[in-house]
Amino acid sequence: MDKTFNLILRGVGGQGIITLLSIINEAAFIEGYDVKSSELHGLSQRGGSVETHIRFGEKVYSPLVSRGQADLIIGLEVLEGLRGFSQANSKTKFLINNYYLPFSGSLKKEEILGKLKMISKSNLYLISASEICKKELNNEVVSGIYLLGYAVNKKLIPLKTTSILGAIKKVIPEKYLELNKKAFGLAHD
Amino acid sequence: MKKILLGNEAIVQGALEAGVDFVSGYPGCPSAEVGDGFKDIAKEKGIYAEWSTNEKVALEVAIGASFSGLKTLVNMKSFGVNVCSDSLLPLAYTGTKGPMVIFIGDDPSCHSSAQSEQDSRGYAYLSRIPILDPSDPQECCDFTKLGFEISEKFNIPVILRTTTRVSHQKMPVTINSKSQILNPKQISNPKSKIPKGVFIKNPHQFCTMPPRVLEMKKELLQKIEKIRQFAEKSKINKVIGKKNKIGIIASSISYLHILEALKTLGIQLPVLKLGFFYPLPEKMITDFIKGKKKILVVEELDPYLENEIVRLAKDKLTIYGKDVLPTVGELDTDKVCIALSKITGKKFVIEKSKILDLPKRSARLCEGCPYWYILPIIKKVATEGTIFGGDIGCNMIAGLSPHNMQDYLFSMGAGLGISHGVGKATDQKVISIMGDGTFFHSGIPALINTVYNKSSPLIVVLDNRITAMTGHQVNPGMGKTLMGENTEELKIEEIAKACGVKHIKVLDPINIKELEEAVKEFLIKKEVSLIVCRRICALLLKKQNG
Repeated sequence: MDKTFNLILRGVGGQGIITLLSIINEAAFIEGYDVKSSELHGLSQRGGSVETHIRFGEKVYSPLVSRGQADLIIGLEVLEGLRGFSQANSKTKFLINNYYLPFSGSLKKEEILGKLKMISKSNLYLISASEICKKELNNEVVSGIYLLGYAVNKKLIPLKTTSILGAIKKVIPEKYLELNKKAFGLAHD
Repeated sequence: MKKILLGNEAIVQGALEAGVDFVSGYPGCPSAEVGDGFKDIAKEKGIYAEWSTNEKVALEVAIGASFSGLKTLVNMKSFGVNVCSDSLLPLAYTGTKGPMVIFIGDDPSCHSSAQSEQDSRGYAYLSRIPILDPSDPQECCDFTKLGFEISEKFNIPVILRTTTRVSHQKMPVTINSKSQILNPKQISNPKSKIPKGVFIKNPHQFCTMPPRVLEMKKELLQKIEKIRQFAEKSKINKVIGKKNKIGIIASSISYLHILEALKTLGIQLPVLKLGFFYPLPEKMITDFIKGKKKILVVEELDPYLENEIVRLAKDKLTIYGKDVLPTVGELDTDKVCIALSKITGKKFVIEKSKILDLPKRSARLCEGCPYWYILPIIKKVATEGTIFGGDIGCNMIAGLSPHNMQDYLFSMGAGLGISHGVGKATDQKVISIMGDGTFFHSGIPALINTVYNKSSPLIVVLDNRITAMTGHQVNPGMGKTLMGENTEELKIEEIAKACGVKHIKVLDPINIKELEEAVKEFLIKKEVSLIVCRRICALLLKKQNG
């Protein structure tokens, strides 16, 4: 990999974003990359928008992804995914959970999807991760892990399956290990 | 050995490697993970750790431990320094006995802060306490250890100051796995789970009575000059890059943004990276700027470094800083690129992305939060024109839609003080809301004042059985300490009664009828009244039920 890989991970507080970030961090570390990430806690986690940044490569300085520099934007909710636009360029891939969490004053889902399509053009991967995880695993919180499985499988993120599995083992408590491995495998196999 | 750590986890690691004995603090964002970090390991590692009732008490507790010879770590967020400043200033005079590091987390851009966008570095000028300013988790770990070393060498507390982007940054950190062993003090005394020091009487050092206090000030000034000499030689202040007529001086997270910006623009300029904020290595800075035509000072928030460097430059060259960088909000690589572009003439085109005006998703009460029962009922019963006093914590969401019931919001515990003032100054009815954490932190003096000076607000304490917003820390109302020991469970209603409040009700807010009647009844009282709405935080309940 010649250049730093820039990833934006967005969603709503409570969707397991920090856990997903930790898994990606650890996987990049296992592969020998330098890695930096930035997350937010506290007020922003109380049901508000959460934006996190992950960067990995040979040498990473700043933990923040600059404007228009994202290689991949993972959105755990449609509007939150769309918010990544400021870090997107014409080649940025959008991997978006087809999951809509409206609030008072929110845009209509169709409108959000329309804007997403307009911005990402052919680079949109709209996946019903929450729905699939709920149906297959009876648990929506692992939808981010499902999306990560999808990203690895479609080579949207330059990380290997073995490193992700190693990272999951490191980050996830024993009790939820199988569930997470399953969620990862669902989109991956 | 390398391990991915959050900045705050790296501070805990650094403290362990330094052999910390004693930890006290008050939780806030972005600092809380430091105190939390000792929750499960303190006993095993032979460390004493507590959440104190507020930051002032936390610092005073640490002073007692330091005077007894123990190595102490204090932790708090930016505004905590304001709370403890009354004791911080004399501490600079007395100095420490056991070494002490005071960790302060600032929050540029106010990601998780009401009140103000505070730059706590300013306390260096008020207190003359050394401040170290790390850029990343590795430095968080290293500077914590260095902070203890400096404190031990010069008998002075050392402030370790971070920002959200440093404290909540993750990276692989080189750690010393030997710090996993038990604290040596515990090994020498296996019967004692908690490290014990000895308080040796020394009023000459510990009492700030005049005329001794002015001698102490002189001693402090001398000490700072010695530490400045230390800073001149310290490796945490360093110059990188080749010689040029243009140079950069940066600290904290701004140093990482400048490295990134130089890479983006494809230019090479010398950078002086300052790990010390106070005292500054003035000779090193003077040597660095000598012969240069332009200097760009890259720092977030207030222009403290810039002002110092302007003073040292004596008009011999042009200093750029806040004329090309913002004073409001955190910095990033793009902002630094624009500043560099202006100074060097190197072209920088910011990647244009389509402008979308998206509706903001603001914070809201969690699903199942007991406050969902309380806020609408209060709003429904309150007569038109009722003033709503707000306070810090989850309850400040009362100010957001759909509740919109907050007429002022200041600092921890300030709501009730202001409510009393409004009550005395007007004939308007006031309902003052605060959480259980805030009640114990600083609500009690305001409550006493309200009773003593006779105003009649209705106080509603939203007791969700935890300090929730900052990530579920124990408080005096819970009967548990940070280290998991059982302790006296302080009852808000009993404290209120002892403070002279005559009209008190305690209820479970899901009984909305009872709540509605209580609010109705108390709103017409001519004396102060207080309702405790007691129901556990929904997230905590979920956690407890696994």
